[in-house]
Amino acid sequence: MQFSEQWLRTFVDPQLDSNELGHLLTMAGLEVEEADPAAPRFTGIVVARIVEAVQHPNADKLRLCKVDAGGSELLQIVCGAPNAAAGIKVPCARVGAVLPGEFRIKAAKLRGVESFGMLCSARELGLSEDHGGLLVLPEDAPIGADIRDYLALDDTLFTIKLTPNRADCLSLTGVAREVAALTGSPLVEPEIAPVAPAIDARRAIVLDAPEACPRYCGRVLRGVDARAATPDWMVQRLARSGIRSISALVDITNYVMLELGQPLHAFDNTRLSGAIHVRHPQGIEQVLLLNEQTVAPAADTLLIADEARALALAGIMGGEESGISLDTTEVFLESAYFTPDAIAGRARTYGFGSDASHRYERGVDFELPRRAMERGTALIVEICGGEAGPVEEAVSPAHLPARHVVRLRPARARRLLGVGIDDEAMAALLERVHLKVERVGGDLLVTPPSFRFDIAIEEDLIEELARLHGYDDIPAVPPQGRLQMVESAEDRRPVWDLRHRLAARGFQEVVNFAFVEEVWERDFAANENPIRLANPIASQLSVMRSTLVPGLAANLVTNRNRQQDRVRVFEIGRCFERKADGEPVAGFHQPLRIAALAAGDALPEQWGERGRKTDFYDLKGDLEALFAPLRLHFERVSHPALHPGRAAAVLLDGRRIGVLGELHPVWVQRYELGTAPVVFEVELEDALAARLPGYVEISRMPAVVRDLALVVGQDVTVARVLEVLKAAAPAVVREITLFDVYQGKGIEPDRKSLAFRVSMQDTQRTLGEAEVESAVAALVREAEIALGARLRGSGE
Amino acid sequence: MNHLDQLVQQATAEFAAAADGAQLEQAKARYLGKSGSLTEQLKALGKLAAEERREAGAAINRAKGAIESSLEARRQALREAALLEQLAAEALDVTLPGRGQGTGGLHPVSRTLERIEGLFRSIGFVVADGPEIETDWHNFTALNTPANHPARSMHDTFYLEGHDDVLLRTHTSPVQVREMLAHVERYKDLDTMPELRIIVPGRVYRVDSDATHSPMFHQAEGLWIGENVSFADLKGVIADFLRKFFESEDLQVRFRPSFFPFTEPSAEIDVAFMSGALEGRWLEIAGCGMVHPNVLRFGGFDPERYTGFAFGMGPDRLTMLRYGVNDLRLFFEGDLRFLSQFK
Repeated sequence: MQFSEQWLRTFVDPQLDSNELGHLLTMAGLEVEEADPAAPRFTGIVVARIVEAVQHPNADKLRLCKVDAGGSELLQIVCGAPNAAAGIKVPCARVGAVLPGEFRIKAAKLRGVESFGMLCSARELGLSEDHGGLLVLPEDAPIGADIRDYLALDDTLFTIKLTPNRADCLSLTGVAREVAALTGSPLVEPEIAPVAPAIDARRAIVLDAPEACPRYCGRVLRGVDARAATPDWMVQRLARSGIRSISALVDITNYVMLELGQPLHAFDNTRLSGAIHVRHPQGIEQVLLLNEQTVAPAADTLLIADEARALALAGIMGGEESGISLDTTEVFLESAYFTPDAIAGRARTYGFGSDASHRYERGVDFELPRRAMERGTALIVEICGGEAGPVEEAVSPAHLPARHVVRLRPARARRLLGVGIDDEAMAALLERVHLKVERVGGDLLVTPPSFRFDIAIEEDLIEELARLHGYDDIPAVPPQGRLQMVESAEDRRPVWDLRHRLAARGFQEVVNFAFVEEVWERDFAANENPIRLANPIASQLSVMRSTLVPGLAANLVTNRNRQQDRVRVFEIGRCFERKADGEPVAGFHQPLRIAALAAGDALPEQWGERGRKTDFYDLKGDLEALFAPLRLHFERVSHPALHPGRAAAVLLDGRRIGVLGELHPVWVQRYELGTAPVVFEVELEDALAARLPGYVEISRMPAVVRDLALVVGQDVTVARVLEVLKAAAPAVVREITLFDVYQGKGIEPDRKSLAFRVSMQDTQRTLGEAEVESAVAALVREAEIALGARLRGSGE
Repeated sequence: MNHLDQLVQQATAEFAAAADGAQLEQAKARYLGKSGSLTEQLKALGKLAAEERREAGAAINRAKGAIESSLEARRQALREAALLEQLAAEALDVTLPGRGQGTGGLHPVSRTLERIEGLFRSIGFVVADGPEIETDWHNFTALNTPANHPARSMHDTFYLEGHDDVLLRTHTSPVQVREMLAHVERYKDLDTMPELRIIVPGRVYRVDSDATHSPMFHQAEGLWIGENVSFADLKGVIADFLRKFFESEDLQVRFRPSFFPFTEPSAEIDVAFMSGALEGRWLEIAGCGMVHPNVLRFGGFDPERYTGFAFGMGPDRLTMLRYGVNDLRLFFEGDLRFLSQFK
């Protein structure tokens, strides 16, 4: 909410400057977001009258003015404004004046004629963007008066951000009440005298939904001049509250809302037929609203209707067909209380909000409608003339909000706040904000006033106490507690360990959006039925990702477009899949995964290593290092994102935990990924697994090592060979390691040579030659039988 | 000078003149070899009378010893010279860069989260996590924000198509509810439950996107429930955290009344630095408050007995302030030129 400091000070005028006042509000929970001067700095500008304006002898577009600025003689000023004419009053910057932007006015010669000052437009004074001509001041503006005083420009425009619980401060009097409570300065509320009925024009009011509208005041005014001009003071106060003047009647309703917090609505009385009903829709109805939107109100939207039709959305917006116009002469003025429950959230469903709905959904003082009605009537009669009928007030006392007594236990308040305020001081603080306090036993029984909608339980009072006592005055103490150590499982690694491992291997962590383009899901996950957002922020952010890989591919594109071809990135993030049950949120499986992508050179460009593109086995090494000492297994797999011949399922303890592979060439081309990147994606939960180390006795006996080169078919995997060898290995075989893969000269084109180093050892004795030979023979034999292998260099 | 002395002198000179091992061995042969000068002298001993022989033999042996030690000294000198030469030849340009893989780095916000977790772990908090697709009940209702509550408009919520009651969590607070329920279940057989102290870092979502808002961003939620946890404790913990996080003991921290449906009293936390580019400006950094009794009840705690505080801060903003980043969007663009600055 925006308002003028000067206006506020007509209600309460504490001994604080603007900054201090702003700080006071902020620290009371009425956060001052902005405090802007009403006008920029300027000096020496006064009200003046143009006495004479004649054509400049040497310039078509200039006029030569004689100006009375209150001095002993008239000033000669050359002026280029099209509206410079004798008789009008305008702001005049005399010689020595300083305009916004530190522009100093000096005597000057313009086209050969001397000029002693400058006549100003609103824009030149920084008051508005209007530079169509000079700012014409009212006829009664006193000549010679400083324009800052005359236009009350030494004002601050406060914008406060109110939390939803403080609807009582959505008005000048509300803020003033708060300032008075906090400073002890007296509160001067506007005096509101009832306007005696001058005519007997009435319109009946029926509360068809009293639980939603327990109070409705209406009043007919006749002989109103809707074309009357809004007085300058009102235009100015509205403007400084960020509200543009529209017409006197509209301005008055806005003014009362700002002043008191009560939304008013003015109907054109001649457009109404019969009694006013406050009711819910009956069947399908339509209302054309003031914002030119036609809505079919939902069943839970409260309406203002007459006997013929729905007129307006109660508490939200008036209707076009029943609204006032400049031709209106009869007004039916509404001042009502709608309950927050009846209004909350409704405007949003129609896609807009209004000042009225903003207030009603947070809570308007239910004792206010009549006073506001009288205030509004008095202003209309004063400004637009006319005569008022009596106030018709329909009220359902049983449905008015109750203000229940809330019990405050001072000891609990002290315990919760950790501060030692005594009972007496608590009562005094609460009374300052118009809460009624009664002492019973050791407790305070507190009744909130009708304008407070946020006090229903003890904590509400404790909050109020904290606020009024001052948050600053609550001590900040390190808490005391029973020290107990946090659990520390060694068979799991902190996720930070994974991040640091990958970073140490050259990967940069990224964070990508969890919502992605739908086509990514189709291409990279073959997901034709992704989890869609109902209200995405953009079409390329419309479905929830089920894989981290496309995001990493997009990172590659981003960086390639910025001349970074070598990209190694990883992300740890959540993926989203549909799943029937067994999940914290039914229907959705939301695993955290860890994924990495490597593209471009295997190593950063350097002098000491031959340049080489990163490949499957580079990233496989990274993945294995990530899991070490746990051993992963890999098997060929088909995956929509991956090259069919270069894709592996990643297995841990026989369970599939992810995939590793080169991106499919089709996607590489379509997404312009450059040389084929390699990616892996595995379940984070599995990557966090660790192993509690256990000691195995170290043999003191010498190890015997034999190398074994086996020639096998191209399609025989190393994993299969190792499986066979290990199954066939006698107990003395400790380790079998692959150390070379050879294809080419000496080996048939459809075969390959795999060289293994077999390490044999016994913990108790030195192995004999015969034992070693027999072990190797067993391995070779089994390889021959199971794999069709032969020993390299033997036979063909 | 007798003949032998001359021979020794001559040998020493020849050894010194030998430029390498081979020349030295040739020189050695000239004196100590089969037909070397000294060997000849020894052979000639037999022709001498027995008396002379003894004396001459001793002299020759002395000379031989002198030549041998001279030879050894020269050998040693040549070895040292050779080593020096080898070492000189093997010298590297030590300024050439090292070989191998480069280093990557953590995301800047991860750095911040790791520090946040570490600082809170140091006073007995444990890290908790929860789903990002969340139920309306956990995200709002259990946090004392019923349907139509005006506070819901403070959160512009992403909903899932075809589900009225499933959304992307707008804050990490639903994890509070899940953890409270789990805590109560775990300790239901005890007379007094141990304190619940959790820190919940995570990604959250709101329908908002500009230079200061991202539709996905980070939050770190904290919760401490016990039998005597007060607002003063909350202030103490938060002020301590912020000063440790920014490594600035003179950091100004202020708590200002605010409103959240799930806490009461509630506060916004502002900080002001005493030096640097942001000196003296109050910067909003987190929201906090005492857990609302309705939330405690939803979580299974008796609010008469247990009290607690909760806070939620923006790690993105903390990161921006800590490292001087001026545009939130940079965190989510994956530009290595940006990200690699935070190694």
